Amino acid sequence: MKTAKATRVFFTVVFVIIFLVLLWEGYKWMGQQNDDHWPGTNFGLPIATNDTIMPHFVDVVGELTAEIRDGRSSMPMYAFLLKKAWFTFQEAAIGFILGLTIGMGLAVLMSRWKISERGLLPWINVSQTIPLIALAPVVVTWGRNQGLPDLFSISLISTYLTFFPVAVSGLRGLQSPDAAHVELMHSYAASWRTTLFKLRLPAARPYLFPALKLAGSLSIVGAIVGEISIGRKTGLGRAILEYALRYAIFPERLYASVIGAAFLGLMVFGMINLAERFFMRRTREVAS
Amino acid sequence: MSEKNAVSINDVDKIFNETRDDEVTALSNIDLTIKEGEFVSLIGPSGCGKSTLLRLIGDLLEPTQGSVEVFGKSAHQARIDQDYGMVFQHAGLFDWRRVSANIELPLELHGWSKSDRATRSQEMLDLVKLPDFGGYYPRQLSGGMQQRVSIARALSFKPKLLLMDEPFGALDEMTREHMQIELLRIWEETGTTVVFVTHSIPEAAFLSNRVVVLSPRPGQVHSVIDVDLGQRTESTRQDPKFFAAATEIREALRAVEEQE
Repeated sequence: MKTAKATRVFFTVVFVIIFLVLLWEGYKWMGQQNDDHWPGTNFGLPIATNDTIMPHFVDVVGELTAEIRDGRSSMPMYAFLLKKAWFTFQEAAIGFILGLTIGMGLAVLMSRWKISERGLLPWINVSQTIPLIALAPVVVTWGRNQGLPDLFSISLISTYLTFFPVAVSGLRGLQSPDAAHVELMHSYAASWRTTLFKLRLPAARPYLFPALKLAGSLSIVGAIVGEISIGRKTGLGRAILEYALRYAIFPERLYASVIGAAFLGLMVFGMINLAERFFMRRTREVAS
Repeated sequence: MSEKNAVSINDVDKIFNETRDDEVTALSNIDLTIKEGEFVSLIGPSGCGKSTLLRLIGDLLEPTQGSVEVFGKSAHQARIDQDYGMVFQHAGLFDWRRVSANIELPLELHGWSKSDRATRSQEMLDLVKLPDFGGYYPRQLSGGMQQRVSIARALSFKPKLLLMDEPFGALDEMTREHMQIELLRIWEETGTTVVFVTHSIPEAAFLSNRVVVLSPRPGQVHSVIDVDLGQRTESTRQDPKFFAAATEIREALRAVEEQE
């Protein structure tokens, strides 16, 4: 049963990738046949199909194995990207853990006192309307003044994105138990703390994990945006920025680095999925 | 049945949202005494405050005026001392806990050891006739079985008082009648005092020693009807004495309606 499911997922993924590659190459072929116009019309295509704008898929994949220079040494592109991704992953992981802690802390606080929900929730919502690009330099400047390493400042930017879904969904989850469940705990003369650990937190799990998946992806986005706006010498964000500047010469490299970023996002997503399986294994047994 | 009082409610009023525009007097001038070992039903049209009264006994709500005593102490102290167990209309089991872990929840909160908990939950599963279902999850059980588990959970720490809020209200008729017989058997085996909220006339007639008929807006005790059907079995449902009791309750409820 389980292997059948895994096989199904595997083939779905392969199928989707093949579909996307065919779409990409088909569009490119069509554009090149008709000089970047929709066939039989004068309407131009929204995206040009030359090798600079849309390199062939095989060239992008080929670029991943090409040797490139990194400082004085030389290594294949994929190894270079992995090295960069490792830095970004560390920043994102710290940001994610901080975001999870702060988000859950806020959710618990808001579920404990109605007044703190009324006081905090609007500000939590407003916080996400500030553009990240505007916020990043402020955080970095502040961090450097405090003598904090840039890695930590980037993590804070990541935290800023991740705490939000955790706080909002966490609050919903903590408030999800029925009135009867809460009354039951009350009838046992259970303290607020006991009710939190025996009832509210377990009940919040189905609300929390979808939010954590979102937060995981956002933590990578935050780290990459943070790297780009800080100008840190390491990390995927830096690699993407550099290849974007040299796009005219090596378009494949930018695409390769974007694939690297997507891969990192998938890794994090997978890790959170595993955590979900572990923490919700009991409820899963029933569902299957 | 002893002569000691399990519950004594003295001149209780309950007003919700006092001094606000949406102020509601849920209960007014309630006087009621329940003896140890008694099975008392609270019945009345919706909005008569029967659930509210049950929650006052359980100290899940506080009276606006008057006092509620449970086993000679304040309702609050009785709740702290865990003198009662509670069963709700919906079983209210925790989905993420196995049936046995659900039954053990109150024991866990009372700091029982793991092996004591396991022994007791098995005893309770035997009591509610689900001896082999400890390892299941609530959602794998039927509504009636879930309600049995809920009763097992309420009785797991052997409280002297069982508060039941329309516990069989969500069950189909046949399951409901089986559960009534089961409940009477458990009541006899454990000697627990039961306060039972229902809106079903035959249910109240079949189960109770006394039926308290409440009238709504504000909730007041309209009448108290004594029922004595002796040892009850399925055939009691065809007994003229059962019909007589049901008729008496029905007439009281009609009188309540006309009063409005």
